[in-house]
Amino acid sequence: MKDKQTGLQTVVDKKAKKIDNPFVELIDKFYVLFDNKRVRYSVLAALLAVLLYLPMITSMYFMEVMTNVWFHVVVCLGLNIIVGFAGLLSLGYAAFFAVGAYTTGILILHYGVSFWLTLPVSVLMAIIAGLAIGGPTLKLRSDYLAIVTLGFGEITRLAARNLDITGRATGLVGIERPTLFGMAMVKINHFYYAFLILAVLAIFISYRLQDSRLGRAWKCIREDEDAAEAMGINVVAARLLAFIIGSVFGALAGSFMAIKMTAISPESFLFTQSVMILLAVVLGGMGKIPGVVLGAFAVVVFPEVFRGIGKYRMLIFGAVLLVLMIYRPQGLWPERHT
Amino acid sequence: MSLQEIVIQQLFNGLLLGSFYGLVALGYSMVYGIIKLLNFAHADIYMVGGFCSLTILTFFGKTFIGNRWLGIVISMLITMIIVGLLGVIIERIAYKPLRNAPRLSLLITALGVSMILYNSVMVITAGEYRAYKTGLGYEGFSIGSVFVTHTQAILIVAAVALMLVLHLFITRTMYGKAMRAISMDLDCCRLMGVNVNKIIALTFFIGSMLAASAGMMAGVYYGSLHFFMGFVIGIKAFTSAVIGGIGVIPGAMLGGLLLGLLESFGTQIPFIGSEWKDVFSFSILILILIFKPTGLLGKKESERM
Repeated sequence: MKDKQTGLQTVVDKKAKKIDNPFVELIDKFYVLFDNKRVRYSVLAALLAVLLYLPMITSMYFMEVMTNVWFHVVVCLGLNIIVGFAGLLSLGYAAFFAVGAYTTGILILHYGVSFWLTLPVSVLMAIIAGLAIGGPTLKLRSDYLAIVTLGFGEITRLAARNLDITGRATGLVGIERPTLFGMAMVKINHFYYAFLILAVLAIFISYRLQDSRLGRAWKCIREDEDAAEAMGINVVAARLLAFIIGSVFGALAGSFMAIKMTAISPESFLFTQSVMILLAVVLGGMGKIPGVVLGAFAVVVFPEVFRGIGKYRMLIFGAVLLVLMIYRPQGLWPERHT
Repeated sequence: MSLQEIVIQQLFNGLLLGSFYGLVALGYSMVYGIIKLLNFAHADIYMVGGFCSLTILTFFGKTFIGNRWLGIVISMLITMIIVGLLGVIIERIAYKPLRNAPRLSLLITALGVSMILYNSVMVITAGEYRAYKTGLGYEGFSIGSVFVTHTQAILIVAAVALMLVLHLFITRTMYGKAMRAISMDLDCCRLMGVNVNKIIALTFFIGSMLAASAGMMAGVYYGSLHFFMGFVIGIKAFTSAVIGGIGVIPGAMLGGLLLGLLESFGTQIPFIGSEWKDVFSFSILILILIFKPTGLLGKKESERM
């Protein structure tokens, strides 16, 4: 009996210690500071100013990496809407930016449409893709959805490989870059700014969605589907919207990717790409916007910094996924303690 | 080739392909039935099984056992035990701590295990194809003008025999009964004194064992191995499990054979060339999930409340 009591005591002590963690305390202080609107906006403004000024002072290589970071921020926030907000596991997210990239590529290359006009078409295609894959399957169990999205991702890639209009295995080459206000978009800095604007927009929209009626409905469904339904939330419609909005994010990022690379091939949309985006979302903590942004940053910058890991990269990513889920399913970005 | 010969040829290809799918599908179905986990790592276990048996067989080739039938049978048994234990270890490390966690975490963990497995093999084999050399010849017999090697015929027989043994194990033994009971109600079984952890470990052992045997058979049949070979067959085996009704053991076998036949006859349809083969089976998966998610032999069940 006595042993049991002391055992219980140590458990309580451990829990108390966890809260006393200096790192968490620091984050708490940071949150409190950040709650002040003036502090928050000035910090964000300063950060944005630095990001805007960055192209003037750094190398082209650095810009290339940063552009890639912004691209990943957009797609990760898109997947975050599906996985984080709505709690649906999607393993074929690369298919959605393949839809955007190929729509833009085909329209520019085969029909000579201006890039800016391909964007609405790309959004439309994304909506159709989201409806096609989400519509019939959202009523199913979550694991079925995971395997269907995986199958859908593969179908998209295989279709792109085997169709003439998508250029088969070679893909589309020589996609013309557009002009904006008479200025041709050719330099990496132009794309840096384009993707930065997209990323800021994505962050803004994500925040607005999170606090909206729809965002609260998603959260409710994620926590308890039956209770949500009993409260009068249209579960299928809310999930379908998550799928559509997520796929639109992906498709827009894909369209911009097509003109940045000027060439796309089926091999740009592999399963590993989908997994990497999922890792970024999980790493930062599903559903937490700053966490997801940091996660996107981490998955892009980590392999760049540790060049030597090369072939071990995906192995390490897999191990990280496993360890995170067992020890820290809430992600690296700690929750706020109040 | 006459129509009749094409039919015989495709029937044979379909059965062979289908028995691979069926063996892998059994593991998916058993694990899903028992802990409601879609085990992404299962397809990679199949791949690891192929490589493990190749290593052992290559070693046997240099000894008196040789790499003909005797060597193949012995290395298959050893592979099945090693890979079965690997399955149990994976369950202990990755899935057991998360048994009461949300489904999403469990699925992501399974994905992580799958990535670790196939990337490890990729690093070891440098991402190259490995030839699967055996001492088996190409003797065989003819049905009409369709030629079948002894190896192919024996592979089908072996796969079906394994399925039958499993079926007997599930229906006739105490362990099988415990497995079926756990798939109905895990908590209730625990209260009734069933050693739940042991039975779950056993399920992983048997599932991985069957997948490993399928991996080895695929190696013998195709003559080469690749670290990514589990990916596509994983989706197809899952499709088979869903066709038959996930969680139903005979369903997985039936689904596997059915999908194998559908695929081999499907590629004969003029518009569906062999490059569309995978798209064809994924589409079947999606159609089945939409129109008959319980599968052919499955019972209707409501989702957890």
